[in-house]
Amino acid sequence: MINQLSILLKKEKASSNVIYFSMNERKIKNSFFRIGIILFSLVTISMVFMIVGTLLYKGYHQINWAFFTQVAPDTFTAMMAKSSGQSIPGGIVNGITGSVYLVLIASLIAIPLGVLIGVFLYENGKKRYAGIIRDIVDILQGVPSIVIGLIVYIWVVVPITKGYSVFAGSVALAIMMLPLIIRSTEESLKMVPETLKEAAIALGTPYYKVILKVLIPSSITGLTTGILLAVSRVLGETAPLMLTTLGNPAINWNVSKPVSAVPLLIWQFYNDPNMVDLIWSSTLFLMAFVLVLNLLSKWIAARQKR
Amino acid sequence: MKTNDINNNITPSILSIENLSIGYGEDKLAVKDVTTRFKKNAITAIMGPSGCGKTTLLRAINRMHELYPNIVCKGKIKLFDDDIYEMSTIDLRKEVGMVFQRPNPFPTMSIYENVIAGYKLNGIKLKRSERDEIVETSLKNVTLWDEVKNSLHKKGNFLSGGQQQRLCIARTLAFKPKVILLDEPTSALDPIATSKIEDLLVDLKKDYTIIMVTHNMSQAARISDNAMFMYLGELIEYNSTKVMFTNPGDPRTEAYLTGKFG
Amino acid sequence: MNSDKILKYSLFSASLLIVLISAAMVFSLIKGSMLSFHEFGWKFLISSQWDPTQGREQYGAMSFIVGTLLTSVLALIIAVPMAFSTSLFVAEYFKNTPLASVVGTLVDLLAGIPSIIYGLWGFYILRPFIVTLGLSPQGFGIFTSALILAIMIVPYATSLSNSTIMMVPNDLKEAAYSLGATRLEVIWNVILPNARSGIAASYILALGRALGETLAVTMLIGNENVIPTSLFGTGNTMASVIANQFGEARGLQLSALIEIGLLLFVITTIINACGKFIIKKMA
Repeated sequence: MINQLSILLKKEKASSNVIYFSMNERKIKNSFFRIGIILFSLVTISMVFMIVGTLLYKGYHQINWAFFTQVAPDTFTAMMAKSSGQSIPGGIVNGITGSVYLVLIASLIAIPLGVLIGVFLYENGKKRYAGIIRDIVDILQGVPSIVIGLIVYIWVVVPITKGYSVFAGSVALAIMMLPLIIRSTEESLKMVPETLKEAAIALGTPYYKVILKVLIPSSITGLTTGILLAVSRVLGETAPLMLTTLGNPAINWNVSKPVSAVPLLIWQFYNDPNMVDLIWSSTLFLMAFVLVLNLLSKWIAARQKR
Repeated sequence: MKTNDINNNITPSILSIENLSIGYGEDKLAVKDVTTRFKKNAITAIMGPSGCGKTTLLRAINRMHELYPNIVCKGKIKLFDDDIYEMSTIDLRKEVGMVFQRPNPFPTMSIYENVIAGYKLNGIKLKRSERDEIVETSLKNVTLWDEVKNSLHKKGNFLSGGQQQRLCIARTLAFKPKVILLDEPTSALDPIATSKIEDLLVDLKKDYTIIMVTHNMSQAARISDNAMFMYLGELIEYNSTKVMFTNPGDPRTEAYLTGKFG
Repeated sequence: MNSDKILKYSLFSASLLIVLISAAMVFSLIKGSMLSFHEFGWKFLISSQWDPTQGREQYGAMSFIVGTLLTSVLALIIAVPMAFSTSLFVAEYFKNTPLASVVGTLVDLLAGIPSIIYGLWGFYILRPFIVTLGLSPQGFGIFTSALILAIMIVPYATSLSNSTIMMVPNDLKEAAYSLGATRLEVIWNVILPNARSGIAASYILALGRALGETLAVTMLIGNENVIPTSLFGTGNTMASVIANQFGEARGLQLSALIEIGLLLFVITTIINACGKFIIKKMA
């Protein structure tokens, strides 16, 4: 390709019978390209601002104390409020508690299992079996969330809880969190210097303690980042929950009964013409939460690089 | 072995090696059929050019090679009269401690915690007073106590390389092992820190047996009592340092000592 | 000694668990589709009939396969210029400057926005815009969905491209500059040929992401069980039909939906595997 370049440049000196690229033409092309790149990048960035901006603009005035403490109104209350010109009463506390509950149980399932498998991959790194496991984890990460919902419906909703439930929703979310946690565990462990491991071993420490007391504490930032990212990812998921936990107008702590979640509530509001006004505050809340988690994990990762 | 070799005259011997061969993968022997003994409460230096197998030999003594499945060890190693392969690695490593080339204090632990890390990691519970005493004694033994006694609960990243290495030695000493293995312990340090550690080792030998791999010949000449010369995996010569340096028996030893190859 | 063995076994069992989970996933999908498969056989893949009326139920996945492919491929086409520009911006033109980190982080944030929010934004902001442009009566359809999908997959397309572009060795670039090449020529003749596979792999992975996207598309595609007739026509994708009809589906219809889920699983796995394969070949 260096050859092509020299030919390109040599063309300048060619006779006027031959078509050549003048230096000016090349400079112009170069500038245009650069402008194009910057423009398109700006367009891409502006999308973030547009979306976040819309939510902020439309949603902030409906965030108040009631938002966080009251359950979502039913459609009649909403309809009456709307027709009399008042703002709709109620809040999304059943969604908030539901989301928290779901993510909590999903984490209880996914974190131990994910860390164990991450450690396994770290320990057995180069072997063929480990390679197969890694491929499976990659496949798992690519499965569309609605398909996961379908599967958990078949596994849990039908046979185990005989109906939509917190447990089903948590299992679905756990499956989605698993690949992220596994990957980040393995990567973080790989970054711990070998010599620390050897120092602990030279002190006669049994290997499982080396993992628990030296390797994992030394890689804790990476692990935390992975967990935060996994949590922020599943907090915003709607599709799998639609097929596993459906929703609940009240706060529910029973693991075998359905529960609401913030994205589910948003979906509910979207589908009900009376409740449309509630959408923006809930979306603003959801997005703020997810973005804060995202930024937090980036900040932790950046701090560790120091 | 050469005639002025001291292998059979090591008394009291604390560690003995019989026909030790260590290989990486197929047919590549890093250590070839070494038989030797180490004297108690003395400093023995293991020297030789890069790749001669000295570090490999050292690491076999506390069975570090078991971490790496492609390394195969054959032969016997005995601590006093016990076959080290018949002990649990945990017990072995309480008796035989190791200090590494690059200081490696645990970054998530404070200085205090680093010194008693051996106990903590093994789940050995000590009374507060016992712990304090061990920490103070070990740090005093490495002459680090005065420098850190007011920052015991801080993490050690403000310490210089030499101080960190002394911390690692303190960590090993806290366990009161019989033997301390050191793998080029001062190669990453500046001359002043190096000399502090050399003085420390000379001081320690009255209570501990010290086996040290070094590529620094003058260091070996300065502080070791006995010296081993290895080349291409074989133990070529082993003698008291004085004799080795003034009257080497093997031409290869002489070539190494006079700098003909490094 | 003992504790080491216990450790080995627990780790191994954990790994077995994940093999079991994935196998069970595939198994359940297949089992759930059996009813539909027995009824329709392979014709399911090419039939575009979708009739849930009792007594003469007919299901076929063709409309949704077409819908999925149209929206995803179009989304990729729209996304490529944006992703490509952003990659060059961050990894070449403004490489290692604070501006690049800011832009890079902002693009990453796009990946963090939940898909329902994209759907809502598309529904309430983009759709009326399309209507005012006169492109479509209600603003639903392939084009709107593809547009939103494109924004959603840009971060996936940029992240791997960025690393690949940054890894092109400096001395190659310097050699070209020393021959008097302009920046564009260096990009075209040096960076791209060397980063080709990484960039291609990232676009393939972005495509895989688009194929499986559910909510945003469900809200914008118009929910018609037909093959879309034009760029602005309405239809359904495999993911959106499942989301739309799952609530009331029973028996044969449910089985048909599960079979579509299986299909979606297979297609996304193959596309993702292609992307990963290219990445492996690069290393």
